[in-house]
Amino acid sequence: MTTRLIVGPFNRVEGDLEVKLDIRDGRVTQAQVVSPLYRGFERILASKPPLDALVYAPRICGICSVSQSVAAAKSLAAAMGLSMPANGELAVNLIHATENVADHLTHFYLFFMPDFAREVYRNESWHEDALDRFTAMQGTAARDMLPARAQFMHVLGLLAGKWPHTLTVQPGGSTRSVSAGETARLAAILAAFRAFLERHLFGDKLERIAGLSSAQELSAWAAEKPATGGDFRRFLHYAQSLDLPSLGPSAGHFMSFGSYQEGGSWMFQPGVFAEGETRPLDPGLIAEDLSHAWYAAPDGPQAPFTGETRPDADRQDAYSWCKAPRLGGRVMEVGALARQLVDGHPMIRDLVSASGGNVYTRVVARVTEIALVVMAMERWAADLVPEQPFIVHGRMPDEAEGIGLTEAARGSLGHWLRVEKGRIANYQIIAPTTWNFSPRDETGVPGALEQALAGAPVRAGETEPVAVQHIVRSFDPCLVCTVH
Amino acid sequence: MSAPRPDRAAPVRLFWIQSGGCGGCSLSLLGAEAPDLVTVLEAANIEVLWHPSLSVSSGASVIGMMERIRDGEEPLDILCLEGSVMRGPNGTGRFHMMAGTGKPVMAWIEALAKKARYVIAVGSCAAFGGITAAGSNEPEACGLAYDGRKPGGLLGPEFRSGAGLPVINVAGCPIHPGWLTETLHQISSGRFSQKDIDEWERPLSYTTHLVHHGCARNEFYEFKASAERLCDLGCMMENLGCKGTQARADCNMRSWNGAGSCLDGNYPCINCTAPGFEEPGHGFTETPKISGIPVGLPTDMPKAWFVALASLSKAATPKRLKENAVADHFRRPPVDKQKKS
Repeated sequence: MTTRLIVGPFNRVEGDLEVKLDIRDGRVTQAQVVSPLYRGFERILASKPPLDALVYAPRICGICSVSQSVAAAKSLAAAMGLSMPANGELAVNLIHATENVADHLTHFYLFFMPDFAREVYRNESWHEDALDRFTAMQGTAARDMLPARAQFMHVLGLLAGKWPHTLTVQPGGSTRSVSAGETARLAAILAAFRAFLERHLFGDKLERIAGLSSAQELSAWAAEKPATGGDFRRFLHYAQSLDLPSLGPSAGHFMSFGSYQEGGSWMFQPGVFAEGETRPLDPGLIAEDLSHAWYAAPDGPQAPFTGETRPDADRQDAYSWCKAPRLGGRVMEVGALARQLVDGHPMIRDLVSASGGNVYTRVVARVTEIALVVMAMERWAADLVPEQPFIVHGRMPDEAEGIGLTEAARGSLGHWLRVEKGRIANYQIIAPTTWNFSPRDETGVPGALEQALAGAPVRAGETEPVAVQHIVRSFDPCLVCTVH
Repeated sequence: MSAPRPDRAAPVRLFWIQSGGCGGCSLSLLGAEAPDLVTVLEAANIEVLWHPSLSVSSGASVIGMMERIRDGEEPLDILCLEGSVMRGPNGTGRFHMMAGTGKPVMAWIEALAKKARYVIAVGSCAAFGGITAAGSNEPEACGLAYDGRKPGGLLGPEFRSGAGLPVINVAGCPIHPGWLTETLHQISSGRFSQKDIDEWERPLSYTTHLVHHGCARNEFYEFKASAERLCDLGCMMENLGCKGTQARADCNMRSWNGAGSCLDGNYPCINCTAPGFEEPGHGFTETPKISGIPVGLPTDMPKAWFVALASLSKAATPKRLKENAVADHFRRPPVDKQKKS
């Protein structure tokens, strides 16, 4: 017999979420992922002065605020024909990386790990340690992590004025130049954060984590110390005992828009990863399908430059405010795992060739990326040249268009801007979780999370299946972005 | 009026709902420092019954708690709303349904607000409608007790919470963590009353001040040495839309993220603690002027005085300020004339 279970409100995700599950014989047979909020930013932006997008767009999201600024600034820069001076790129990379790393940390400590302190795991050998360490709002981990995170955010106090919702990030660079003394302050903030990561998260040097190049090396590293030797080891231990690699399988195609540009090259390459290799990305193949979303729409998928957002709460067959973006008609998974697969991280590729994309590999990729990005931040801070400019200025033509593609912590983010008569004529946004949590498309193909939930185990009597909790949170969803 | 001081042994129970917003006020709150958020809530004797980002429980157990509060079976001391109330389309609230309940979130907010001793609007969206209400406000977004500048909102202008207070509007986009944690602490210690709020029911603890107070650009302001581009060090009032001399907040008296403020980030104050900030009627980084004089004058300053003082101080601007005002880093330091070169 098939039973229907509705899970929500779903907390420790950013924003609102409801998941409808059909369950048979202790397994999810199919899932519907519902984004229950509509806000209408694309409609707000229409007819505004183009540069005002820098005020509105970050306010789409309080957790990916800088990513929204970066995407907006890039679309404006493309329309204005501007490129940033070296300092501008470095400062924007530092601002963006601080948000992304803080998001990874917030996700790991506050959103994802508290599920291991749940009562359902009381018979696991590690449960007492998990309770002590990760109980929501009370565990020792949050007490260690919150002050370290807040101090790390001083990078943004210094470079961006505040977080979230800065106006420092501009099409031509950063408004905030940095003095020689301030570069020293940046280096000190980063050193303090590195010390936190090495002591609490990894129990080891960042270089060791960054240097792991295979699944076997990761296992050997984990075995070097007891399972309580750092919170990453704790996770690896829980993952093994609960067989997390079996949960939440990926559909198979991964996409990254590329992140952290420096002198024309990327730190993490853009592309599409499938069947063991990365192919180039063609953003022209992106289209949004509205067949199962509460929007009035013309027939067929719409390209973002000409896309529309017209809410229709009564639409037949629709069940979400989330549109269904596809690349060449295919479902894409985005996020840290996709980013590292596309970029060719050897350990992440090795792990995925063994067990695929799943709850386990999504979290390993995210935590590994913390080490990689913080080390890059140290280099960028050292490369700032205080006497040189951080920004160039330009003029917006009366008629122009531009695409701004970047990577938020949780995946690929794109802004498509068209300017007519000096005003915004159309502004379309496709957020990371729009990709991951999309509803079905017109051919009936479910979105990435909907596919990952099929087959999830449900224990007897569970009303909020713990496996479903792990799978949903492994994507690090941001629903407020999704329902912009 | 003042509320009785609650028994320290009984924690003050707080329930947090999010609706039409970005979650940024919660994220800003996570950056609370000296002490951190967990410690500061403990110090204020606040028990968080539920917060969407921080609590472990979800689904049925949360809905059960909301039902018990609604039915008067469980007491609620403080209700926090983050994000706008979403009334659309056509007043149905269907733009935001409470997951798992089949009911609009606005109905839940109203039900819980009736039971709470204190109701706090966290951020400008919950207070006035905020950024979600920009443009044609298709989502029919409003605040708890205001629809933009118009009294009313979801709960109506006459609304008083159990403790006899109107909705407390901790406005800002986002809030500074201290604005909320200090208000919570004052409430929990029974020391928050009508005299602690301003004309928009914002805590006076931070709206007694203007953003202008403590601005590091004050010397440029005094001499009307103005920035011309976003990145220049001069005063941003004349050309770049800065509303710091009118905006009510202590942004330059306490640091944001340990070091900054919008002004320190080299971009203007957009008056985000005020109702209607989302639609300034001009580009956010441009100053509207009439015959060369900025339309928005400093708070409480007569126009004739401003014009007279501005022209006088412009004539007296030291070279150091003139040069630095239009530079992206300090070119000319102050010089001590006592030191012979």
